[in-house]
Amino acid sequence: MKARVTVTLKNGVLDPQGKAIEGALKSLGIDGVESVRQGKVFDIELSTADKAAAETALKAACDKLLANTVIENYRVEIGG
Amino acid sequence: MKAAVITFPGSNRDGDVAKALKQAGAAVVHVWHADTELPAGTDLVVLPGGFSYGDYLRTGAIAGRAHIMDATRAHAARGGYVLGICNGFQIACEAGLLPGILVRNAHLKFVCRRQHLTVERNDTPFARAYAKGQAIDVCIAHGEGNYIADAETLARLEGEGLVAFRYADAQGKVTAEANPNGSLNNIAGIYSPGFNVLGLMPHPENLIDSLVGGTDGRGLFDSLVAARAA
Repeated sequence: MKARVTVTLKNGVLDPQGKAIEGALKSLGIDGVESVRQGKVFDIELSTADKAAAETALKAACDKLLANTVIENYRVEIGG
Repeated sequence: MKAAVITFPGSNRDGDVAKALKQAGAAVVHVWHADTELPAGTDLVVLPGGFSYGDYLRTGAIAGRAHIMDATRAHAARGGYVLGICNGFQIACEAGLLPGILVRNAHLKFVCRRQHLTVERNDTPFARAYAKGQAIDVCIAHGEGNYIADAETLARLEGEGLVAFRYADAQGKVTAEANPNGSLNNIAGIYSPGFNVLGLMPHPENLIDSLVGGTDGRGLFDSLVAARAA
């Protein structure tokens, strides 16, 4: 089973890298960029075919390692 | 004083901190991150500077989950001393030994230079050799030293006097100009509520010999050895 975990910065957390990317996009003349926030994507292959078990495992993975919930949120998508 | 210096893959300041500890009179044991137990009689666990796991995922994130960190948390819970320097501070935060997190410097640049700090209090095992309010001259070398915490945590740190050191100018004035990385309230280091865990971004172990330009870092190691003897 394939899964995708997306980790993003919480609102209000300063993102200097996102700001630098935003500036670079503007300097490239790409119109209409209001703001950029940088995050992380993890594509994960799981041995289980059970969706509930996969969700439990991925939630544990996020809480224990993939995200630091002091500053980050995460989203888990399973299948596809 | 028996100090256990942990080496993670990518640690590179373990040798320097061992030298500083030995100079202060401590016995030093080197411990590998995959070990599950600390040497018997360990008084102090040191998480040294470096780039553990190449800073992959988040600085200190993977090292913070190493086997030896379970033993380190148990040691801290018993009141044992833990010192995290630079990457070691990042590891301590990721391991839940200290609150908050260190993120990318606000100006996005790696900073490597001399830096003054104020000693916020000297009634702790780590700072008794200094004077309260003293401006000490140490080194910084980091790309992710920008300390942040939520408003509630920050208020608790300030309210309980858990800020150990702040970035300051040579006169000891805590100013925005003296803040090298954007840390909230110029925080350079913090204590646990029991004052037995200290995490700091600067490197006191760099300034322990006048041959290399200063000795202001010695106080921290002298304090620890004296604390154990007391």
